[in-house]
Parts: sequence; C-alpha cells; structure tokens
Amino acid sequence: MTLKRRELLAGTAAAGVLLGSPTVLRAQNAPIRIGEINSYSTQAAFLGPYRNGWNLALEEANAAGGIDSRRLETLFRDDAGKPEDAVRHAGELVAAEKVDLLAGGFLSNIGLAVAGYAKQNKKLYVASEPLTDAIVWSQGNRYTFRLRPSTYMQAAMLVEEAAKLPITRWATISPNYEYGQSAVKWFKELLVKKKPGVQFVAEQFPALGRIDAGATAQAIAAANPEGIFNVTFAADLANLVRQGNTRGLFERRAVVSMLTGEPEYLDPLADEAPEGWIVTGYPWDQVNTPNHVKFREAYRRRFNDYPRLGSVVGYDTVNAIVTMLRQSRTTDTEKMVDAMEGLKFQSAFGDVEFRKIDHQATLGAFVGKTKLVNGKGTMVDWRYADGKDYLPSDAEVAAMRPKDA
Amino acid sequence: MSALAVQFLNGLASASALFLVACGLSIIFGVSRIVNFAHGSFYMLGAYLAWTFTRGLGWVGYGPLGFWGGILAAALIVGLIGVLIELVLLRRIYQAPELFQLLATFGVVLVVQDVTMAIWGAQDLLGPRAPGLRGAIDVMGQRFPQYDALLILIGPVVLGLLWLLFNRTRWGTLVRAATADREMVAALGVDQRKLFTSVFFLGTFLAALGGGLQLPREPVQLHMDMAIIADAFVVVVVGGMGSVGGAYLAALLIAQLQAFMLLVPDFEIAGLTISIAKMTLIPSFLVMAVVLIARPYGLLGKAPSHARTQASVEPVVRVTPPLLAKFGFATVAALILLPLIADEYGLMVATEILIFVLMAASLHFMMGPGGMASFGHAAYFGLGAYGAALAAKHFDAPMEAGLVAGPVLATLGGILFGWFCVRLSGVYLAMLTLAFAQIVWSIAFQWVAVTGGDNGVLGVWPSIGKTGFFYLSLALAVVGVLLLRRAIYSPFGYALRGARDSALRADAIGIDVKRVQWTAFAIAASFAGLAGALFAYFKGSVFPTYAAIPKSVDALMMVLLGGVQTISGPLVGAAVYMGLHEQLVRATELWRLVLGIAIIALVLAFPQGIAGFAAKRWAKEDGA
Repeated sequence: MTLKRRELLAGTAAAGVLLGSPTVLRAQNAPIRIGEINSYSTQAAFLGPYRNGWNLALEEANAAGGIDSRRLETLFRDDAGKPEDAVRHAGELVAAEKVDLLAGGFLSNIGLAVAGYAKQNKKLYVASEPLTDAIVWSQGNRYTFRLRPSTYMQAAMLVEEAAKLPITRWATISPNYEYGQSAVKWFKELLVKKKPGVQFVAEQFPALGRIDAGATAQAIAAANPEGIFNVTFAADLANLVRQGNTRGLFERRAVVSMLTGEPEYLDPLADEAPEGWIVTGYPWDQVNTPNHVKFREAYRRRFNDYPRLGSVVGYDTVNAIVTMLRQSRTTDTEKMVDAMEGLKFQSAFGDVEFRKIDHQATLGAFVGKTKLVNGKGTMVDWRYADGKDYLPSDAEVAAMRPKDA
Repeated sequence: MSALAVQFLNGLASASALFLVACGLSIIFGVSRIVNFAHGSFYMLGAYLAWTFTRGLGWVGYGPLGFWGGILAAALIVGLIGVLIELVLLRRIYQAPELFQLLATFGVVLVVQDVTMAIWGAQDLLGPRAPGLRGAIDVMGQRFPQYDALLILIGPVVLGLLWLLFNRTRWGTLVRAATADREMVAALGVDQRKLFTSVFFLGTFLAALGGGLQLPREPVQLHMDMAIIADAFVVVVVGGMGSVGGAYLAALLIAQLQAFMLLVPDFEIAGLTISIAKMTLIPSFLVMAVVLIARPYGLLGKAPSHARTQASVEPVVRVTPPLLAKFGFATVAALILLPLIADEYGLMVATEILIFVLMAASLHFMMGPGGMASFGHAAYFGLGAYGAALAAKHFDAPMEAGLVAGPVLATLGGILFGWFCVRLSGVYLAMLTLAFAQIVWSIAFQWVAVTGGDNGVLGVWPSIGKTGFFYLSLALAVVGVLLLRRAIYSPFGYALRGARDSALRADAIGIDVKRVQWTAFAIAASFAGLAGALFAYFKGSVFPTYAAIPKSVDALMMVLLGGVQTISGPLVGAAVYMGLHEQLVRATELWRLVLGIAIIALVLAFPQGIAGFAAKRWAKEDGA
C-alpha cells in the first residue's frame, strides 16, 4: 500500500484544518466518524485500491462542506483476516472511538461477524465487499446493509449467458469455502431451472490459495465436459490458467468464470490472460457513462493510477453513506437505518438503491468476454447487468430473511 | 488409463516441488533442532527475488543472468540472509529451552511479511515461463507441461546431490554426525558454530530455490509463506526429521494422494454421500496422523539414540514466594475494581486477555510440567467454542449450559487425541497435535450442515451485560488458573514432572507414565475448552479460525514469551502478547513489522521468557 494511515487521516482532516484545529472543534461541528474494518494485511491487493476509492469519495464529500458543515472522518482497522479480531475492532471503534457507524468487510465470515455485532449492539453496519448471500438473507438483520452484488446475483448474471450456449455437459472448479460452494450451488440450481437437461459431470473444490492446478485440470479434462464454470480467483486462477492453457483444457470448451474480468484478477495474468471466457468484471477503461468518467478522471488525478473494482466499491460505500447522512441529517442509528432502507444514490455505475426488503444494494456488474489486446487481458462485448434484475422474487426473499430483521 | 498415467506424473511434479522446500527444513532441524517457522518466508523471498532478477527489473528477455541464473542468484542471496539471521539471532538462543527458537523465527515471519509487501507491493506477480519449456509433451495422447516434466527430474537430482554431499564429503559426514548426536560431535572438537551456520545456509538456499522454481507455475504473492509452511512441516515429519530421503518419500506419498483423490467419484454409505474429491483440506494431515501413529519417528526417521537428554534438567517448581503471592492477590483485587475506572473498551480488552490467560495456562500445564508441547492447542479452544455455540444453536441451550457443553466437548477431544499423542514425545508429539487440530479445523470448515462452514455459528451472545461478563471471565480465569496450579503442586503434578524429567525412572518407581500424561492432556484440553466457550459468548459468534493454526501459534507464543518453566509465565505472556498485539494494530499499519521486531527483541533480552527472567533475577538476589 502506498498510503499510510496517518497520512490519510491527515488528508481527510484537511477540510477540518480550515475550520481550525480539529481537536477544538465546537460540538455541533464535531466530525462524523466512520469505523472501517477490513483485512488490510491479508487482502492487500484488493484493499489498497479500495481504500483509495474510499478516501477519494471522503475528500470529495468534505470539500463539498461535509454534512451540515460536519466533516467526515474514517478510522481504519486491520482485522488480519480473523472474524474475532474484527469483532474486537468493532467494539473498540464503538466504545472507545465513539464512531457513528461501521463499514467495510471483505471476507464473508468477517462481514457476518460484524453484522452480528451490529445487530446485538444496534449500530449501523454498511458491508461493502463480502459476497455471501447470508448477510442479507438467512442472517440478515435490521442494522446491516450490503453494497456489492452477491454470489447469487453474479451467478444469475452468468447463468443467463451460460443458458444461451448450445451445450449441456458442465464441470465446475471452485475454491473450497462458502463463496465457492454457494456460487456452484446457485449456478447449478439456476441453470437447471433455465435449461432443463443440463448435466454436471465433474466438480472440483481445491483448497483456497493452494490449488494443485495440474491435477485439478487433469481431473476436469477426464470428465470431458463441454463447458466449465470457474469460481477460482487470484493466485489459484493464475495457476489454473497456466496449467489449463498448456494442457489444452480450455480448447473447444466454453468457460464461464466469476470475477475474472475484474482488473484485480485479470491484470496479473498479463499476456497469458484467457480469451473468450464469459466473465463478470469491470472494464474500467471502456465504461464511458458520465458518472464513471467523472470518477475515473478524479481517481487518476488523485492517485496517478487506474481504478480497480475495489476502488469503485470503496468510493460507492462512502457515496451511499454520504447520501444517507444528507437525508437523515443525524447520526442517530435508528434514523440512519430508516434512511438507508430504500436509499437511492448515484454510484460510479449509475443509479443504485438499497432495497428495503433485504438491505441489498442493486449495484450491478459488467458481463462480457475476455480478450487479449496488446498483450493485456480486457473485456469485450460487455454490458452492464443491473443488480435489480438478478435477484429472486420478493416472496422468496421474504421467506429466506428472518422475521425480526 | 492415460488419464491415470498423467495424474501420476502430476503427482510426481508436485512431489518434487514439495520436496525442494521440505528438505531444507529437514536438514536444519536435524542438526540444530530448530523448528524453523520462517522457512516459508525464505521460500517466498526466493520466489520474489527470482521474479525481480528474471522479469522485475525490466531487462530485455530474462536479463543478464538468464532464467536459471536468476533463480540461483536469488537462492544464494536468500541463503546469505539466512546466515545473517542465524548469526545475529539464532546463535544467541541455542541454549534457550527447546522450542524457544520457534518464537524467534515467528518474529522473523512477521517482519518478512511487511518488508516483502513494502518492497514488492501487494499485487500478485506473474513470473516468466522457463526458456524453451513453454509447451507440452505428449504422454499417451494427453498433453503434459514440459516444465512439470523437468521438475519431476529436478527433485531426484537434488536428492542425489544432497546424498553425495552428505556421504562423500567431510562436511556432510560432520552434519550426519551432528544429526545423530551433536553433543558427541562437539566433544570431539568440531566447531559447532560453523557447522550450524553452514547448515542454515544450505537449508535457506534450498527453500529459496524451491520458491524460485515455482515461478513458471504460480504467481508470486504474499501468502506463499503460510501456504507452504504447514505442508513442508508435514513432509518433514512424515519422512522423519533430518532424513532427506524420507522427505522425498513423504512428498511423493502426499502429492500422489492429493492428485488421485481428485479422481475418486462420489459414493454413498448409509444414505450419506461421501465426496473424497471435495476433501482437499485434510489429506496431508490425515497422512501425518496415520504415519505418526504407526511409525512414531516418521517413515525413515530414527529414534533419538542418546539417553542423555532423557534426564533433562528442568528447574524444580518451588513454592510461590510470598511477595509474588501478594502481587497476585493485588492483581486480582485491581481487576475486581477495574469496572469502576475502566470504560467499556478497557473492560473488553481485559476480558479478552483473561480468556487468553486461561488458554495459555492450560497449554502451559501440558507444556511446562507435562513436557508435552502442543502445536495444536487451538483444537480444544475451538472444540470448546463450537460445543457452546452448537448447544446454543441446535438445542437453545442457555449460556450456563453452553459453558459446560464446550469444555465437555473439548475434554472428549483431549481424551481421544491425547491417547494417540502421549505415545510420542518432543516435536513428533507436537506435530501430531497439529495434525489433530487441522482435522478438527477441517471438520468445522467442511461439515457445513452442522457447523455452518466458514460462515460460522452466529448469534451466540451472553445472557448478561458486559460488566457481568467481565466478572464471569475473571472468576473462571482465576479459578481455572488456581486449579491448574493446585494440580501442579499435587502428587499428580509431581508424578507428571517426574514423567517429564525421566520417563524411565518414573516408570521404575511405579508411575504409569502414559496414563499420567494422558490425564494431563485431557485436563489441559478441558481448560482450553472453557476458554473457547467463554470466547464464543464474548464474540457472539464462532468460526473455524478459532481452531486454526494461527490460534495455536498465538497460544504457543504466549507461553514461550512468558516462560515455559515458571507457573506465572503464561499469565504474563498472555497479557504482554495480547496487549502488544491489540495496541499495535490500533497504532500502526505496519503492526506486523513492529510486533515481529518486538518479539525478536524480547527473545534476545529474555531467553528464558519474561517470567523466567524475573524468577532467575529473584533467585540471584535471594542468594546474595
């Protein structure tokens, strides 16, 4: 990470300096404090750009006068990938630092642990990244909201494309933890519903971060599927792509792959990025909607780097919080929660709403094909899949969510 | 048929990769008895440096050193880094109690993690492919990567070179002699210091070579160290510590098992669908458990030949000095008054430290007086947490019942696993506890229907407020620690210490050594379980991370930091380690770097642990 926490805090305090020393602010101008908990030390590749996006939005909000002339500030905490540490930080941020709300989360179980804390202690928690469906459905609660399109939503987007292919024999490769398991579960369930008669002939669940790529590729090839649904990412993905390419695993086979189009995962593959995979992702250089152009240019100016998907998630988490605060005009938790329910805000990808029914945002993802251009992987033939079109019916959602949520 | 043949080749390639990392670890352990936790860090550094030499500096092609030259240069540099660490750090603490060096190497791990991130950044780096080996060869109509074919050869070649080195050179003879009996080698006038340093160079060189050779296979990234270290230990232990040939055999066994299990189709037993292919998390640890139970010193390992270390010289546990007892009372009194002055956050930190004090005390009970180090104490902590959480979730049990259910489950685990573990000793025992802990962890992780998998069990909140829960934790921690103390001073405790100091003599005077150790194991497990159950209610949720390796490492760090051979050691260690961790994470982004340096500094300053140091000073002043 190029930016140090202290520098960032100093940066975010810049607007505050204009009002005088931050420590002697008058009470009504006391800053609004957001406690942000994430796995900075263990998921650094994803969370560095995320934090940049976060700070960009925060600086914009403070430059625009903050909320009723109260500026916003963030206290970042590193949970080192452990849910129990995240809960400790949540307690510390609420009890000692008196933050007004909590946000963050990358790993699903950490999101769930903090959501549990939020429910027990009646604090607003805006979960930005965790993909698990449970956080808004089976374990949903009044105080927790989630921004990113969930495992279900991304699987539904890919099923739509997979169902169009003239093939019926599928195999799946997926990391052996909740995200991988539920991605496969939804992909199977939704694809069979959409296209009865499809078969799943092989399943591989390599341990996360420790794939034995040669053996896994071989085991998939042995079942001779026509299509492969891949959920691995990061280092596992790179291993699989190298072994698969060399062994011809992907030749004459359709590959549908989750998250692979995100620059976080596509860029490290450099000139070995796969071609023709159907993926969800983020073609940052080609999205030219007004909101996104504004965001991309501001991001480049500020950090001299291009945005990753994590940057968008960080940026939009703050945008959502700022919009909510402008509506609620208070940091009373119950009123903030009421404002979050049904909140409409402008994201870098366009209009997004936090649904009242399950607290899931309708932020979407881009679905397209991978292609090598000038020795780098990119997405082509993409479209924006609006999250609101890829969620189950309200009745199904209501049945999954606890009654008291 | 051709699929099976290629899968066999896949297994061979993975075996070579695994062997290259593990053999260095095995050699280092064989000679210096250091359980080198930082071995994975050297592996990672080797990969990063090789990336820099072959691609990272923007040179044309593979750069001036070429692909192979780059990998060798990286391995040499890392070998020199290893020498530096041996000279300035490890050399000073060879005389410390067994396993204490583990603490130092753990500090190195933390430092290397932050330094690597600072130098190379967070993003995964894709290394170059090997020159001329980008393609595949045809094996019975299937394509097999050329580079993997080369790896299959490299493993046995390195094995052969090492054999020549150990059997055809004077240096190699000395190393083998030191592995067999290092006191005797020293008595014969061999300069041990030079021997240890050169062995450390060879070991770290091999680790880095293994890392560099992974360049064409996997991206270089910050998780490489932790991903490889557990597997490397398993290979070393299964093969027999110090046995290079054993390491190759073990790597072969594990890699082939991992390759072929992916091909096993699902089947049904009594209506339950069993999916062997899905169990990718446990095979290596299962192999280790089976091998250690059947062959306590690994496939090709030998039992330590000399009886001298059997009658060790652990200090006698004395009656608590009155001043220390007063200090203890004062601490408890201060804690009782704490809610009057501390805020909610202060109470929270105190509660967490108290829970870990209980856990550290339970580990100390089997490690110190019991002489059984555990690398898998998190198993019982996790079982305790899951016992409480599952009782709450599936049976709506109130907190009181959960606090009983947790320790009960942990005790059952301790009785079961302990029966196997007490049949071993030393590092082999410790590694078997690790294997069982990994099995517990993977059950928690994979038995989703019951445990919720990695999403955990949520909503396990206490029925009392935060201050009430603090007092509950205080009461249970104090009672737990006092009971453990009482046990150490009881006849049972004397028998346990007797068994530790000399199993033979203890046996001769009629002590049933195994039974005594087994009982101690179960007692330690039950108190760890109590800590785990408390932790579950404290956090409101339970996750597989509670039973994972880092938790075991935390517990080990607390005991070692405090001092293994003092009864108050674990209490001090838990408070210092947790307090330091907690404050550093709040204060700085580079907390791993600072924590690592702090641990190294503490290790150098207090080679007997903090409390051990204090006790020694005390004894000196008393004597004066």
